[in-house]
Amino acid sequence: MNPKDILKVEGVSLSFGGTTVLDRVDFDVQTGEIRAIIGPNGAGKTSMLNCISGFYRPQQGRLLFEGEHDLTGAKRVAQLGIARTFQNIGLYTYLSALDNLMAARHIHMRQNMVASALYWGFARKEEARHRAVVEELIDFLEIQHIRKMMVGALPYGLRKRVELGRALALEPKLLLLDEPMAGMNTEEKEDMARFILDIHIRRGVTIILVEHDMTLVMDIADRIVVLDFGTKIADGRPEEIGRDPEVIRAYLGQAS
Amino acid sequence: MAMLRPAGDFDRSYEQDMALLRQPWHYWLLGIGLLAAFTLPLWGDAYLVATANQIAYTVIAVQGLNILTGYTGQISLSQAAFMLVGGYASALLVIHAGLSFFIALPLAALAAGAIGLIFGLASLRVKGFYLAFATLAAQFIIPWLSRHTFKEYLGGTNGAIEVPLPQLGGVNFGEVSNYFYISLFVLLITTILMFNISRTRLGRAFVSVRDNDLAAELLGVNLFTYKLRAFFIAAMLAGVAGAIKAHSQRGVGTEFGYSLNESIIFLGMLVIGGLGTNLGPFLGVAFIILMEDFSDLLGGVLAAAFPELADQLLTSFRPIFFGVALMLFLIYEPRGLAHRWQLVRAGWRLRPFAR
Repeated sequence: MNPKDILKVEGVSLSFGGTTVLDRVDFDVQTGEIRAIIGPNGAGKTSMLNCISGFYRPQQGRLLFEGEHDLTGAKRVAQLGIARTFQNIGLYTYLSALDNLMAARHIHMRQNMVASALYWGFARKEEARHRAVVEELIDFLEIQHIRKMMVGALPYGLRKRVELGRALALEPKLLLLDEPMAGMNTEEKEDMARFILDIHIRRGVTIILVEHDMTLVMDIADRIVVLDFGTKIADGRPEEIGRDPEVIRAYLGQAS
Repeated sequence: MAMLRPAGDFDRSYEQDMALLRQPWHYWLLGIGLLAAFTLPLWGDAYLVATANQIAYTVIAVQGLNILTGYTGQISLSQAAFMLVGGYASALLVIHAGLSFFIALPLAALAAGAIGLIFGLASLRVKGFYLAFATLAAQFIIPWLSRHTFKEYLGGTNGAIEVPLPQLGGVNFGEVSNYFYISLFVLLITTILMFNISRTRLGRAFVSVRDNDLAAELLGVNLFTYKLRAFFIAAMLAGVAGAIKAHSQRGVGTEFGYSLNESIIFLGMLVIGGLGTNLGPFLGVAFIILMEDFSDLLGGVLAAAFPELADQLLTSFRPIFFGVALMLFLIYEPRGLAHRWQLVRAGWRLRPFAR
């Protein structure tokens, strides 16, 4: 096992009833890289993320995090340092942007139920301390102006950004992004790409990125896994993937 | 939107920004409100004080329901049953263990909380509609047990036992004007706790369970233990409310209400007031109780005018008004009076530019 691997996916198979969603998928993710998973609709990209984050339990195979923790059906991935965003946005609709980020500090806070209810001394100081951490993220993502607005009332692009902030507030080692740029215009996509690169470079977070926009993935990913109908058809650097005949066939239907 | 503040108000620390009372007029308003409440027995008549007393302990029960249903999103139809547990626990501790009411009250809260935990276990498996039915079990089982078991202690089929008045020094709590201070003081404490819960780790965890349980679990919130915590707090506050109500009415048992009807009215109060807001329980409870009093008044007047229909007129206005009010709120203001109040406040801040 390569000591640089933060995540190793070994022969993962997942099926629902008779439908095979993932079929013996292997790949690894090295610490500090941007690893993209691409593929046509229904290729099993989101299912792969759901396996990594413990929502789905694959019937076969292993998911090794940092060489020791098996993520297969794991319940406590947050404590291990894995955070994710959702394709359809999974924010807490009726909380403010600020409280959404604060909610993600949950596992880093120590106050118990009684301390929360009394809000004396320790709890108050702890809230302020975590508020400072969250405010730094708010500055980083440039959402100061909406910090006290209910996220349900925000436009789509900003909600995506708040969700990214919430995932970061967990201080993850591994960040799973499920189509962070779906439904955005070019300008919003460029903003989001800049945030992803900043997170990667300045915060040193390893990122697994599921995305449809090929140009963008080619630009920012270090290595790419291509899935098609649940099987891995290619794995490599962006320039190799761009030349791969299998990938071209899967995406365009025929060799061009 | 409701958080917009006029320009020129700058915080120097996060603690300042998180404080509930931030401007001089907040303190003035709170001071005047508390003064009015604490001097109520001096300037209000007996009816007003008795109504305020009833509102005070009902608000405590609805605050509990607000934690469970409003913040955590777990529908419960058993709040009245947990009140019954609290009422009996406090009464029995005072009668048979010889404890002071002021010690029995927190113990009654814990007793009701423990029973709440047992019925909250169902929330591990079921959600929404099905959970409502699981809590319905508590609402049937607890009153049934109170009539059919330990008859010498719980009053058996009489459905009631006598509850002594609280003793503290030489104060006569038989006067509602004195008893009112107990309800008011406890309400003050529970209200502070509610505000604190809603702005700290515990409250955010509750809301995350309500708004997106999958994301909450992924972000490290243990769904099961937080649902249980919500059940515990809800039942505990019901227990407090039940104990205060029992000693205030000098009796406890199924004859004094505590049925499914009451549980549903609590839920209606919460919806009308505003689910998941700290102001909601106050507005909803006051609205419904005043409306009930108005229905009785109207029924009385009409019964005097049409004596041959007296029986129907005296009893039918409460359920009719409650049903109509609930329907109108669900259609026109599903987020309750508290939301309406927020809109008014936001409009006032932006005046004269927008509404």
